[in-house]
Amino acid sequence: MIKFILRRLLLTIPTFVALMFVTFIAIRLVPGDPVEVRTGEHGISPERLAYFRHELGLDQPVWKQFLDYVWQLLHGDFGVSLSSNEKVLTEFLTLFPATLELSLVAILFAVILGIPAGVFAAVKRGSWFDHTLMGAAVAGFSMPIFWWGLLLIMLVSEGWHLTPVAGRIDMIKYYFEPTTGFMLIDSLLSDQKGAFLSAVHHLVLPMIVLGTVPLAVIARMTRSSMLEVLSEDYVRTARAKGLSEFRVISLHALRNALIPVVTVVGLQVGGLLAGAVLTETIFSWPGVGKWLIDSIGRRDYPALQGGILLISSLVIIVNLLVDLLYGAINPRIRHG
Amino acid sequence: MANVTTPATAQPAGPFVAFWSAFSQNRGAVGGLVILLTIIILAVFADWIAPYSAIEQFRGMTKLPPAWAEGGDKHFWLGTDALGRDMLSRLIYGARISLFIGLSVMSVSVAIGITLGLVAAFMGGAVDSVLMRIMDLIMSIPSLVLAILVVSILGPSLTNTIVAVSVVYLPNYVRLVRGSALAEFGKDYIIAAKVAGVGPIRLMFVTVLPNCLAPLIVQAALGVSNAILEAAALGFLGLGAQPPTPEWGAMLADAREFIRSNPWIVTLPGLAILVSVVSINLFGDGLRDALDPKLRRS
Repeated sequence: MIKFILRRLLLTIPTFVALMFVTFIAIRLVPGDPVEVRTGEHGISPERLAYFRHELGLDQPVWKQFLDYVWQLLHGDFGVSLSSNEKVLTEFLTLFPATLELSLVAILFAVILGIPAGVFAAVKRGSWFDHTLMGAAVAGFSMPIFWWGLLLIMLVSEGWHLTPVAGRIDMIKYYFEPTTGFMLIDSLLSDQKGAFLSAVHHLVLPMIVLGTVPLAVIARMTRSSMLEVLSEDYVRTARAKGLSEFRVISLHALRNALIPVVTVVGLQVGGLLAGAVLTETIFSWPGVGKWLIDSIGRRDYPALQGGILLISSLVIIVNLLVDLLYGAINPRIRHG
Repeated sequence: MANVTTPATAQPAGPFVAFWSAFSQNRGAVGGLVILLTIIILAVFADWIAPYSAIEQFRGMTKLPPAWAEGGDKHFWLGTDALGRDMLSRLIYGARISLFIGLSVMSVSVAIGITLGLVAAFMGGAVDSVLMRIMDLIMSIPSLVLAILVVSILGPSLTNTIVAVSVVYLPNYVRLVRGSALAEFGKDYIIAAKVAGVGPIRLMFVTVLPNCLAPLIVQAALGVSNAILEAAALGFLGLGAQPPTPEWGAMLADAREFIRSNPWIVTLPGLAILVSVVSINLFGDGLRDALDPKLRRS
């Protein structure tokens, strides 16, 4: 097991180096003078240009610049945002809990609805429920979620006035310092009446929008995996023993059917972050996705560079954890 | 021999007949194909079918509802947008753009994917490792974030959208081709071909490749729909096709401010994206079931 973990860890090192290299190159490929790109100033005087060129290390050979960049990254220096003059890492960490909360709630929503729906469809194979669910699943993972979000806002927020259109909480009524950064928890801790409810209200639509594609994928995967397991001998044995249908399905079949589903849930992480960019933009959700898009609008390249690096590192780490977890559950992977 | 009648079932069906009989059993797939063909026809003959140009603005005709709704005009079936452009015409021309993006992305990433995948499989060693690490890297960056990175460097445009989305989907094909090529390697016909003196290029593209095609075709079909979605998302974020191009995602972005007042301007372009993506996915599912029984998801 230790050997497996070490090998898997070693394999991620080249990926990280390559990631640093790509972001290093990327900012150099932006059209325009590199100093202007990085300082956000235009038409600066030659003296200042020379000063910045030296300050930013642009007068060094490229390989030295790359090593300096890596050195800075290893010391947690991800650059300074042009628009806010804050450290990119600080900005990212302030906004990240919002994205994390949204993503966790969305994947929870997808799992809680998707697994029972998939199981039920498999058990009632060929029924109207099965057909409807599979039809809905195709629509679900074909969904342009930015449109789905607008549609829900149109219907639920504007039409029925059930939920707010934007943000994480009613900022006029409630204010408290973030403790955990998770609005659901912070609002409970704040002891302000109605704050939690307001946070939930704000979260419902973004959760549905971001959870739709994973929901469809999980429901489909659970169904097909369940169908496979239900035809296995041990399920027949369980039935022959006279166990109740509920016991057979929930204890004997589902436990084995869930293994591929766990992998699929793990694979959704990258997709969730991509979806979060769109969802946050539509609902003005103050997370890293919206921040990234805003940075493009502001031509804030250092923020963009640092943000992409941080988000991608996160995905690499999560994928690594999923792999290790999977190796722990399933010994065949470890030795493969 | 002429007077001997053999029952039709005794003749081995041609590959296409066999494919079609498997494909046509799947009603969803046939439905998807029909819708897809309709969209293709609309896209190809847009110049004749669309009632107006996609960018012609009708003064005093802005934000008209569809013809059947109150206040609609029978000259504009699906109404007009905020600049008085005919929605139906824009949607039809939009089909052309979306299909063009989908097919270009697919062709570019399939072509490069096949080459890199075969090279990785044949060369092995360091080349293989380096290529696969690069693919790992591309896959570790969330698709839309990677596309954003590419577009923010190259600048937003239709061409750059295609480049960005092609890069995003490249690893799928490289890994698929490499995997199936490696699986073929141990087989006797490869050894036979080598013994017969077949050169490496011929071995790659003529001997091995045709045997890896089935999963590749399936992946390519589904890749078209993914590319359409991804490009529409970029368009929606303002990083894809630029105005006045009638790209569906960009149309949605323009329509955002009219959520409250003119819901149909928001509804129609999204519906167009959904319908085309669903039809391609249904068709792709059918292809998978018919071409590659191993991948069939019961």
